[in-house]
Amino acid sequence: MDIKLKVRRQNPEADDKPFWKDYAVEVPEYYTLLDALLKVREEVDETLALRCSCRSHICGSCGMRVNGHAALACKTKLSDIDQGAVTVEPMGNMPVIRDLVVDLEPFWNKLYSIKPYLQPATDPPEREYVVPNDTMFHLDGVVNCIMCGACVSDCESLSVNPIFIGPTALAKEYRFVADPRDAADRERLTQMNGPGGVWDCTHCFQCVEVCPKDVAPMERIMAMRRMMMDMGMEQNNGAKRANAFMDLVGSYGRLDETRLLMRSVSGLGELMSFSKVGLRALWKGKLPPLRPHRIAGAPAVRRILERARNQRPRRFKVHQAQEEGVRA
Amino acid sequence: MIYRHDVLVVGAGLAGMRAAIAAQQHGVDVAIVSKVYPVRSHSNAAQGGINASLGEGDTWESHAYDTVKGSDYLGDQDAIEILAREAPQAVLELEHWGVNFSRDETGHLGTRNFGGASQARTYFVADITGQALLQIMFEQLVHSGLKMYNEWFVTSLVLSENRVVGVLAIDMRSGQLHGITAKSVVIASGGMGRVFEPSTNALICTGDGMAIAYRAGAQLMDMEMMQYHPTTLKGSGALLTEGARGEGAYLLNAAGDRFMKTSAPNKMELASRDVVSRAEQTEINEGRGVDGCVFLDCRHLGRDLIMTKLGQIHELALELAGVDIVKDPVPVRPGFHYPMGGIKTDVFGETSVPGLYAAGEAACVSIHGGNRLGANSLLDTVIYGRRAGEAAAEAAANLAGEDVSDSAVRDEERRIQDLVDRPDRGQFAAKVRWDMGIGMVTNCGVFREQKGLEACGDLLHDLKERYTQVHVGDKGRVFNTNLLSVLELRNMLDLAEAVQVTALTRTESRGAHTRTDYPERDDEHWLRHILLEYRDEGPAVSYRPVTITQWEPQVRTY
Repeated sequence: MDIKLKVRRQNPEADDKPFWKDYAVEVPEYYTLLDALLKVREEVDETLALRCSCRSHICGSCGMRVNGHAALACKTKLSDIDQGAVTVEPMGNMPVIRDLVVDLEPFWNKLYSIKPYLQPATDPPEREYVVPNDTMFHLDGVVNCIMCGACVSDCESLSVNPIFIGPTALAKEYRFVADPRDAADRERLTQMNGPGGVWDCTHCFQCVEVCPKDVAPMERIMAMRRMMMDMGMEQNNGAKRANAFMDLVGSYGRLDETRLLMRSVSGLGELMSFSKVGLRALWKGKLPPLRPHRIAGAPAVRRILERARNQRPRRFKVHQAQEEGVRA
Repeated sequence: MIYRHDVLVVGAGLAGMRAAIAAQQHGVDVAIVSKVYPVRSHSNAAQGGINASLGEGDTWESHAYDTVKGSDYLGDQDAIEILAREAPQAVLELEHWGVNFSRDETGHLGTRNFGGASQARTYFVADITGQALLQIMFEQLVHSGLKMYNEWFVTSLVLSENRVVGVLAIDMRSGQLHGITAKSVVIASGGMGRVFEPSTNALICTGDGMAIAYRAGAQLMDMEMMQYHPTTLKGSGALLTEGARGEGAYLLNAAGDRFMKTSAPNKMELASRDVVSRAEQTEINEGRGVDGCVFLDCRHLGRDLIMTKLGQIHELALELAGVDIVKDPVPVRPGFHYPMGGIKTDVFGETSVPGLYAAGEAACVSIHGGNRLGANSLLDTVIYGRRAGEAAAEAAANLAGEDVSDSAVRDEERRIQDLVDRPDRGQFAAKVRWDMGIGMVTNCGVFREQKGLEACGDLLHDLKERYTQVHVGDKGRVFNTNLLSVLELRNMLDLAEAVQVTALTRTESRGAHTRTDYPERDDEHWLRHILLEYRDEGPAVSYRPVTITQWEPQVRTY
């Protein structure tokens, strides 16, 4: 089949201004985008710079934006995407070094900042740690992260908030918090409770959408938020909002956005900072009702919430089990 | 600019990172240099698991014997004994560092069956064991805080009075060449899969470390022993783990017969890889395959087992071949996978060049001999990586050291500039590599014979001629992957020649080396290793007897 690639390029040794270059190549049906880019590089234009290695989505080298969204080129089958023209750009939220090669140093530095290694409470046992298999199996989902950077590329929060530690580092943090052998969960979560931490995620689902390995970073972030609140870390807007949300839905069977806002912020000053938004909403007729409205099925909604709360999995930690004298 | 360290490790896969961590624990200054970020290394492709005799009733002797038999008695038994004895502690160390090995119902480490093993002694993380180990080893590397030169490509070793004093390397980001001085250098740069086409290996597996060590005077050993993995996907050639057969999957021919009953009536699909690949190729050659393939049948394992323990190969087969292994058998064929041979080392990782060490897939201790058992390669990386790192650190601690000279940097710069300045005569590196790869699989494949091997020698001669005409179209410095591919091609051509020469030399059939013109194993003449030394006019061949401790060669059946 004939395919047209529209590649955004950039050369720091020329003027470093991004420019578009089109390549038309004929490729077999089963080709991936990476196969096509390699064909370009090997036969048409040797100056095209990109990273790649494994060709089977396990090394994480070939992250790039394909038709506007981050993806691994080796996992993108050309027959699955629009035949007209495929737009290929370097990943977002990262400076470009050359063409499709981005500067990953800030990405790694954020990862290093979370102390990304196991911190057990004591010296290891003589044999293996005895832990339930489901806790190990559960970790497969995050150990599966290949650090390709796709989630960071498309993270909406990072694009406006550069101090956000980002979905990759947070998924890695979860790998330790959820690991029964790691004993530093309180310190880890305390660190992530501050600026740039878990509450800076705007819940946009982009990282879940683009992750080529189904790591679902956002779900890990949400899980850590719940753990923090279970540990009593509730003195911040995010936790207050979550508590208010549950409370209000439990009371009225529906969301009351006016009270949600009032109970999420700290003090009148912060509340006043929302007055502009409030006035605009009023002007457009979008202001939520000021008086709460209880729906008929409110008690049933409350029962659902309670059941969900009780179904939360119990976390297993080796050092706590040892203290409590419990066996795995 | 010249950088200085006591120990420099080249390659940041499992063997390299393990070596670096071990060296640093010996109190010397260590750095690690890699042409890719550590987690991109090809160790992540290992799927099935890592062997150790940790289970009740299992012994290191049993593991060692299986490995000796798997090697078709070419493995050196002193090295294999070390591997098997140290395996339990190595696996426990990985577990203590955080590898989330699968557990049994009591919460203890669980195992799966693997090829050529008399017991279930393979410890695993679903079918992403290599990925899990690589991530956890990287965590430990970050914890160690040692210096990483990421995306630096080592172009050659620097010697002074026959001793290694450092390396020359291109910082890909700036394109600048630098010298890195080191009292000891450990080569752990992995395999050479791209010498073959197709191959299960990543594009980065170009044998760079092997080739630069070879050209610096280090001996290569067992280079005729190249493993073809029995289950690589039709088309893309991607690897489908032996773990699938470990969990009970069948191999079927076109008629739906489990053909392994002919060549391995006891172990069936779980015979060693050389045996299974030969059986498959025989089915295909004799017309009982379909489209150059046989079938891997997982259907009877059921969806639950497949999704929890073989999730990655389910994804690969679906994405790359459009086959759902829950519902249909998937076409597979033998595909180039792993060199048993490499830089010859002793059991401390020391090579024939003073100051130079090697470990992992780049090295040949030799523990794999004529055929590597599945799940022994991850083990090899952590055990011999550690041993090489320790030995390199001990040697460095007692040395004054000598700097890489400015003139060495300038000479290398000129050599590279000459490459870049070559006129365009229409020879592309990619085309030369492709012709080499196809020629190697055709003539140095599962089955080999004299005429083909000689033709392969002629081909490689021509390709070396063509190499002198290959040009670099990209004249920039920053991230010049075109220049990189031309430098890598030189490395691969030297290794291809090493394979071809040794395969022609060994006039018997042993392990993965099957000569149709010499179909029998010949212990009388060939219970010995073939060693090569680099010469401008072509490799110089010598021999070394196999070390036998307690297992005398026997007839090998599965």
